[in-house]
Amino acid sequence: MNGIRTLGWMITTGWLALSTPSLTFGEPFLPQQDAQVLEHLTVKATDPVAREIRALRASLLRDPQNMDVAVSLATKLIEQSRSEGDPRFLGQAQAVLVPWLNHPTPPSSTLLLRAMIRQHAHEFDLALADLDAVLSMQPANAQAWLTRASIYQVQGRYDEARRACQPLLRLAGRHVALTCSGDIAGLTGQAATSRQMLTASLDRPGISARERLWILTVLAEMAARTGDASAAEKHFFDARSLGVKDHYLIGAYADFLLDQGRTQEVVTLLQHETRADGLLLRLTLAEQALHLPVSKNHTAELAARFAAGRERGTRVHVREEARFTLALLRDPQTALTLAQANWETQKEPWDARLLLESALAADSWNAARPVIDWLHTNHVEDMRLQQLVVQFPEEQS
Amino acid sequence: MRLILALAMLLLSTPAWAHKPSDSLLSLTVQHDRIEGRWDIALRDLDDAIGLDADGDGAITWGEVRSTHDEIAAYALSRLTITSGETHCPAQAPHQLIDNHTDGAYAVLLFTMTCPSAIETLQADYRLLFDLDAQHKGLLRLTHEGDITTAIFSQESPTRQFTISETSMWNQVQQYAHEGIWHIWMGYDHVLFLLALLLPAVLRRVAGRWEPTPDFLSAFWEVLAIVTAFTIAHSITLGVATVGLIALPSRLVESAIAASVVFAGISNLYPALVQRRRLVAFLFGLIHGFGFASVLSDLGLPRGSLALSLVSFNLGVEVGQLAIVAMFLPLAYGLRKSWTASLRGSTYRSVRLASSLATALLNSLFEHPADYRHNRAKYYRNSMSRKN
Repeated sequence: MNGIRTLGWMITTGWLALSTPSLTFGEPFLPQQDAQVLEHLTVKATDPVAREIRALRASLLRDPQNMDVAVSLATKLIEQSRSEGDPRFLGQAQAVLVPWLNHPTPPSSTLLLRAMIRQHAHEFDLALADLDAVLSMQPANAQAWLTRASIYQVQGRYDEARRACQPLLRLAGRHVALTCSGDIAGLTGQAATSRQMLTASLDRPGISARERLWILTVLAEMAARTGDASAAEKHFFDARSLGVKDHYLIGAYADFLLDQGRTQEVVTLLQHETRADGLLLRLTLAEQALHLPVSKNHTAELAARFAAGRERGTRVHVREEARFTLALLRDPQTALTLAQANWETQKEPWDARLLLESALAADSWNAARPVIDWLHTNHVEDMRLQQLVVQFPEEQS
Repeated sequence: MRLILALAMLLLSTPAWAHKPSDSLLSLTVQHDRIEGRWDIALRDLDDAIGLDADGDGAITWGEVRSTHDEIAAYALSRLTITSGETHCPAQAPHQLIDNHTDGAYAVLLFTMTCPSAIETLQADYRLLFDLDAQHKGLLRLTHEGDITTAIFSQESPTRQFTISETSMWNQVQQYAHEGIWHIWMGYDHVLFLLALLLPAVLRRVAGRWEPTPDFLSAFWEVLAIVTAFTIAHSITLGVATVGLIALPSRLVESAIAASVVFAGISNLYPALVQRRRLVAFLFGLIHGFGFASVLSDLGLPRGSLALSLVSFNLGVEVGQLAIVAMFLPLAYGLRKSWTASLRGSTYRSVRLASSLATALLNSLFEHPADYRHNRAKYYRNSMSRKN
């Protein structure tokens, strides 16, 4: 390489570094042609879901006092947010419920939906408060118990979570109660028994596709945690064959593949899933492992998205941001701070893993103490976490 | 019971998958009794609110957005009420552009609000989309004489009041200096011109051949002389144009600046011109000064402190310029030997260098539609204020 080229290159890169104010906010432009497509909607107007939502909206417009219609519409929108991985639908669901939520004592069905919306927004304490109100009005509301169990589990409050699962045995199907408590038991030292029982429950008649998806996802993640890759692979395969689109499942499967080093498969799985941050993050991790040049663009894109998320003053992406900062920006110190903040709100295996990995990378062994205590106290069964923990000097003795 | 079955999947823990919830970005720049506004609203949100996808194919085209401009403007502006004192300031939104944000394409509404008198207190009442999306937020940047205030509107807090105060002198100096620094960095035609002239400063002509300068000091004095000539020249025209003694059409100025970069690049091929680089820097510096002046007038000059803002802006330009030169000089000095070797090898490489500079510039000129290149300073100022 000759000197001029080097100089030119250095000037160009220096210039670019100075001149890009922010990826999130470019200069506006005037499109040159009417036919230019600016945006693809996630749902077409002719899709059955869109029709259903439109019909519900129309009937609510005709009869704005009809709470049943409002609740059905909000439920549909929450489901939609999950399958599309798009939080806009959550805000829309909440807006539908506003007239009832503004009452001094909102009806329980609307409070329940708000609890779920708040759960998705990681406002766990507010969600629990809504659930308390629902259960004081309707102690037999199975969905409220289930949501409560799920939030307690995310918060690492396993005793309370187990207690919340119990009423489900008489209020909902046996398989629902079993999956609820089996998920917790599988994490806290009884993976073998839980896997056996959950696998057996799949044979029960009358399980809906969504419930089957739930049970299979729980099983797949549990098998992956215990190191049984072939079982995990089979559960993921069965879950994906159900034909129900679910962002959580795709993300969990991508994580499994990444851990197996099957990065090419991750690229194939996710190459068209760049809209959702969580999936773009996993795609970029795979691209980086494969040394694909596009990983640089995707890293910049993710950085811009996290920045845009911070601008609105809410932080629900902390886990993703910690993972991004550690693995793609390779800044263990910042990643550790993020992972610690994240650990304050949620305590799932991935949250523990990120804190351990960042603490190791940053040589901050004391920072990992809360996670190591959590692992010991709850007898957490997770192969990867155990492999990480033994790397800490005091755990080696 | 049906609800339970339908929602059982929602129980899995729900990490943040998706892109962010709905936001709009609103930038208001207050100038005396006028407000220049820029409002970025997601096309997806507008589609939910007023329906953009006319043919229902799931793709929103520019034609669909363009033909609904009036509806978009009416919908959005009816949900933003700005009052100065007690009086409502009506808005006009003749222009609409598009911008790509991290979560998709946004309509960019450019509007002007006129209040009856100079704005002292400004009340903003923001109601966009809250009826459709309870988690929607409006992110506001309010700019007054370079002073930036931010606020977030949400369903819970849709109104805000701002006091538009006269900024202190020191603040004003800082703000204009800051704008000056940014301008020299962002408006890269100036940087290219200067670097093209400085490239040969680490070389000297000995018996018709290029030799590396023997010592750092002589390269330093050479660079200093060129930069000084450029600075004196552009300061003169910046001042003359700002006080209104001479006014040139900005298109002409932009084209002349572009030509200056090409000229500076090519001039390196002609030893006779290389010897006269100080003169070239001075003559074209006069033109660049007009370019700076148009930025400064876009920023809006406060009445009564014209001289102060002029001097601070110019100071900022010099600081930004010095930073670039400080990076360039050691780098070029370090590379000068390998560089002369390759120059000696053939003139082909120097032609390539000159032409690459010219190409970079031509790209910068033609990659954007001319009508907003014209207003470039204004746009990047808006985007800048958003960043801060």
